[in-house]
Amino acid sequence: MTELIGQVVAWLTDASHWVGRDGIPARTVEHLWLALAPTSAAVAVAVPPAVWLAHRRRFPFLANAVVNVGRAVPSFGILAASFVFLVPLGFDFRFWPPAVALFALALPPVFTNTYAAIAGVPRHLVEAARGMGLTERQVITRIELPVGMPVLLAGVEIALVQVVATVPLAAVIAGGGGFGQYIVRGFAQGVAGRVEAFAGAVLVAVLTLGVQGVFRSAERLVVPSGVRRMRRERPVGRAV
Amino acid sequence: MNGDRPVFDWGWVFRNLDVIGERILQHLAFTGLAVGIGLVVSSLLAAAAIRWRALYGPITGLGGVLYTIPSLAMFVLLQPLVGIGFTNGLIALVTYTVLILTKNIYTGITGVPDEVREAADGMGYRPVRRFWEVELPLALPVIVAGLRIATVTVVGLVTVTAVLGLGGLGFFILDGFRRSVWFPTEIVVGAALSAVLAGLLDLGLLALQRILSPWRGAS
Repeated sequence: MTELIGQVVAWLTDASHWVGRDGIPARTVEHLWLALAPTSAAVAVAVPPAVWLAHRRRFPFLANAVVNVGRAVPSFGILAASFVFLVPLGFDFRFWPPAVALFALALPPVFTNTYAAIAGVPRHLVEAARGMGLTERQVITRIELPVGMPVLLAGVEIALVQVVATVPLAAVIAGGGGFGQYIVRGFAQGVAGRVEAFAGAVLVAVLTLGVQGVFRSAERLVVPSGVRRMRRERPVGRAV
Repeated sequence: MNGDRPVFDWGWVFRNLDVIGERILQHLAFTGLAVGIGLVVSSLLAAAAIRWRALYGPITGLGGVLYTIPSLAMFVLLQPLVGIGFTNGLIALVTYTVLILTKNIYTGITGVPDEVREAADGMGYRPVRRFWEVELPLALPVIVAGLRIATVTVVGLVTVTAVLGLGGLGFFILDGFRRSVWFPTEIVVGAALSAVLAGLLDLGLLALQRILSPWRGAS
């Protein structure tokens, strides 16, 4: 065990692993891009309708149903299905197949948390705002969004962490997959690849926890301090 | 895709019904074992946290970190300790249930109103009987809610254990790529049946909770 740790440290600090298309910096960029692009797209697509529906109190059961269905669909399965159907259509296997699957995985937590965020804003705040003469648009932008922001961002965090954690599975199926490449390649070589696989696993774990940490710190900048004090316990996302 | 083969080959499904059935059972057994062990471990952790409240933060903090580590990485990180295979997959799956279950057992039990507890004491209930007949039934909806999330999560994660040579229905997902020409039917069967299995177990647990605590709807 201590020997393995020494070898992994040596692997991670080996200068040759820090250059080129297979180097750690390039794989970091690949991994983050493959996670951030689909998550951002999911936020752009899911937040506006969720805000509008929740503001109007429409389809209250939809939010629950979406997250339940989203949880039941296996990440590995949707990723695999995306590859097997999109690659034959000529899409570059390194980006589009995983990106489409990850986008689909990110939608439910973003949609459901946004809905819950807006629907969970205390009624008296909304009534007071209306009483003060705010228009519906102002109620959304000045009251519901800021007050619901912690819950909304928790949904984005769940989606982002889940997506960063799912990216390596793309490497099991085909190329790409950021740090997943190291794991899969090492795995395939058996004992000879032990160190590379372990180094890859450490990088995947550190990146996932790092992204979560950075997102949580960034959250503090976006959430008004008065709202932060109202904050409930953090919901648990899905493990990948 | 090669032109002469249909996108979804029902013939393959019917020819392989026995293998599919076996994989479904394997998937169920693996899920049941992981959630069962997870429930025991989480009950002990929650009990410790309820007795010593200061432990709750560290337990859920560590649980949260372990929960965030992706399964593929977890399998590799566990390899030096337990090798590759069944034990490895089982430990990883159990780990993923612990955060959710511990949180929900803890919130369920500590959420029982003090006046209810005091009323039970006033009626002469001893702590053990009070736990089984008052606190646990009242906490049940919250605990089952956690059990549902944990179960559905594990059903999905079992598919990933295909890389360890296990996988239940996940075997089909991986096998579909191992052929010289990718085989969508097998992949769709593995993914869809896994989703259906998760959905059915979720509904089953919900029904169980409604039977066990008829005075309260699902949260």
